[in-house]
Amino acid sequence: MDTFSCDVLIVGGGGAGLRAAIAVAETYPSVSVTVISKVYPMRSHTVSAEGGAAAVIKSGDSLDAHAYDTISGSDWLCDQDAVEAFVREAPAEMLQLEHWGCPWSREPDGHVAVRPFGGMKVERTWFAADKTGFHMLHTLFQTSLKYEGIRRHDECFVTKLLMDDGRCQGVVAIELATGKIQAITAKAVVLCTGGCGKIFPFTTNANIKNGDGMALAYRAGAPLKDMEFVQYHPTGLPFTGILITEAARSEGGWLLNKDGYRYLQDYDLGTPEPTPVLRSMELGPRDRLSQAFVKEQEKERTMKGPYGDYVHLDVRHLGERKIDGKIPFVRELCLKYAGLDPVKDMIPVRPVVHYMMGGIHTDIHGATAMPGLYAAGEAACVSINGANRLGSNSLTELLVFGARAGKAAAVFASERGEPSPSVLAQAHDEQRRLEEQFLFKTSGKERIATVRQAMQETVEQSAGIYRDASALQQAEAKLQRLQERFRDVNLEDHSYTFNTELTAALELSYMLDLAQVIVGSALQRRESRGSHQRTDHPERNDGRFLAHSMAHRGEDGLPQIEYLPVTITRWPPGERVYGR
Amino acid sequence: MPPTIALDVIRYRPEQDAEPAFQTYEVPFRDDWVVLDALNYIKDRLDGSLSFRWSCRMGVCGSCGMMVNGKPKLTCAAFLSDYLPGPVRVEPLNYFPIMRDLIVDITDFMRKLTKVKPWIIRDQVWPLEEGEYRQTPEQLDTYKQFSQCINCMLCYAACPIVGLEPEFVGPAAIALAQRYNLDSRDEAAGERLKILSDHAGIWGCTFVGECTQVCPKHVDPAGAIQQFKLTAALDALKSFLVPWGTR
Repeated sequence: MDTFSCDVLIVGGGGAGLRAAIAVAETYPSVSVTVISKVYPMRSHTVSAEGGAAAVIKSGDSLDAHAYDTISGSDWLCDQDAVEAFVREAPAEMLQLEHWGCPWSREPDGHVAVRPFGGMKVERTWFAADKTGFHMLHTLFQTSLKYEGIRRHDECFVTKLLMDDGRCQGVVAIELATGKIQAITAKAVVLCTGGCGKIFPFTTNANIKNGDGMALAYRAGAPLKDMEFVQYHPTGLPFTGILITEAARSEGGWLLNKDGYRYLQDYDLGTPEPTPVLRSMELGPRDRLSQAFVKEQEKERTMKGPYGDYVHLDVRHLGERKIDGKIPFVRELCLKYAGLDPVKDMIPVRPVVHYMMGGIHTDIHGATAMPGLYAAGEAACVSINGANRLGSNSLTELLVFGARAGKAAAVFASERGEPSPSVLAQAHDEQRRLEEQFLFKTSGKERIATVRQAMQETVEQSAGIYRDASALQQAEAKLQRLQERFRDVNLEDHSYTFNTELTAALELSYMLDLAQVIVGSALQRRESRGSHQRTDHPERNDGRFLAHSMAHRGEDGLPQIEYLPVTITRWPPGERVYGR
Repeated sequence: MPPTIALDVIRYRPEQDAEPAFQTYEVPFRDDWVVLDALNYIKDRLDGSLSFRWSCRMGVCGSCGMMVNGKPKLTCAAFLSDYLPGPVRVEPLNYFPIMRDLIVDITDFMRKLTKVKPWIIRDQVWPLEEGEYRQTPEQLDTYKQFSQCINCMLCYAACPIVGLEPEFVGPAAIALAQRYNLDSRDEAAGERLKILSDHAGIWGCTFVGECTQVCPKHVDPAGAIQQFKLTAALDALKSFLVPWGTR
């Protein structure tokens, strides 16, 4: 077995992981830092983010305004101390990225430009055309290359956290190229592995988004927070699930039902105006827009397609020049993947699973409940997103809390001794487990894809945009059976070299655990808030549920749900008002 | 519309195969399927041991580049309907060592990427309190095209020089160097010029422009190489014209 050691080990090389790594290298140069990722960092899913990243920079805006939009957008489930830290540190983080070379779109005078975005009362979303995530990720990755102190283990798949006496002391990983097991010991570990949209059948998320870090932390004893809150983005292309950015609406696009009617006006989202109005109509928050789609569907005012019902996103009136200038990627994606030109054609869209508001419970420094274990980005839940994230807050979150978690992990590491040698024995056990359960096993009747598809359908049917107790209870039972079927999975690939069937099996096992947490948390929360809508409990219930759900893994492997009160600083819970 | 289409796919498992060989799979033909969908059908339903990289399925992560009927393509954007009646030949990217099936070794590319110093280098770094470096839309336009590279490496698989001259930094890395050279915030064009002109490869480029033709993001690496050569040639010329003591 190959063994390595470092002070801070970062799992995941997307926006949060790279920002954390650079924070360690810049702030604590004597602390050694390694980034381990199952893909090359520039393949990470941050690359797919399109619309922009929010931070207060313009006159006429204020930190309190950004905080209020975020808090009301979250349906008051975020922690307000976290939001205050977030909006305060966001501008400097965004400027830092500008200094590192991010090609932000500009005003004629050379200042960075901002655009409107859903649920934001002021224009504060920085953008690099509509490839913001792509440019942020490549800027961070290329900048990280200048720090010789940042070591990388690219294409290494983490299978387990090494825990000793409740403290995280490293990971076990498979080097994909060779199949060799690596034991990497560390004084602190930061999980930046992103979300888990692939639990659902129809998602904008890339193939790699399987919740690896969430499941690793959960199995090691760290609680997962608010996992019932799943964001459906209102505008995905049918079949592929490719995201059509919210920027298409913030630049002036309309959502139309089969009668060509801007149906959002029927759902308390304002009255239609020819040009975009902030916090109104098409610039309402994502949860409300996706819920409006379902209501239109029930009224049979959506259109039927081979991949489910859809509505139209119409940007034709923006004209070719604006489309090419502000949302060129929308046009490229439609032309290449949907065979239509948004300059001339309306775009068919339907709600699509996009983002996990929930994740590994952390404090505002990125520390989890387990000493030595940190998390940031979509994998984590600080929480600034509560029951519904506003578009363009998540890219900024990667920077603010990536940097915070990196620094906190570095401080922790510099105060601790070397990891205990006993953790290496766990690595040997893990190697045996992988071989016995997967590589050497020749029995087993189930195909990975069959179990995966059954899981995806189960979660979609029970924990979709609208939920109720009966569907969720049925899903609990089905997922339990799927766990059993997973134990009977058969691998056709017994090779050590780049065994992607083995990694697919491990990813499925992560997703099954998380699917149980999503369904279990959704069943326990008997109220409707933000993206979590219970048809059997349609009202928000602050008396009982102004609290984060905390899922601990029980001894039977099933989630045990407890609640942690939300932190309120200056904004008492109120009504969410859009368009009036 | 035919009910099925055949894919001839390169298989290579170093632990059991002496050399790469084709294996044929029959998959359902669907109008809206791309080659990557067909590969996933094979992996999910027919043969779990077929290995390939993929992630975003929207042409931006750069993972799924392969040779499709002899041309470098992002398989997520290569529609089966463009290859009727088949068979579709799917191979790993040209000029890269094959690790396994359709997966190639890109560590050399990663080394070359770092070599061109793809980050902002300046003498004077503004404190963040001073705000952003000003950059007009026109200044952004000068390098924007070269900033669109997704590192998919189709241009390497298309470049005859990459095949002949292993030390050639290659189209994508040169385009990336040029992306920073042309950025008004950067001051290290001279440093990068020196790194690039030290290598014979750049002078071997014959401007056949295959790199630009196959680029899925219209980055135009051939244009970047041409700009570079011109700058390097002028630089060399200046070294004759300018008195030594003033340099």
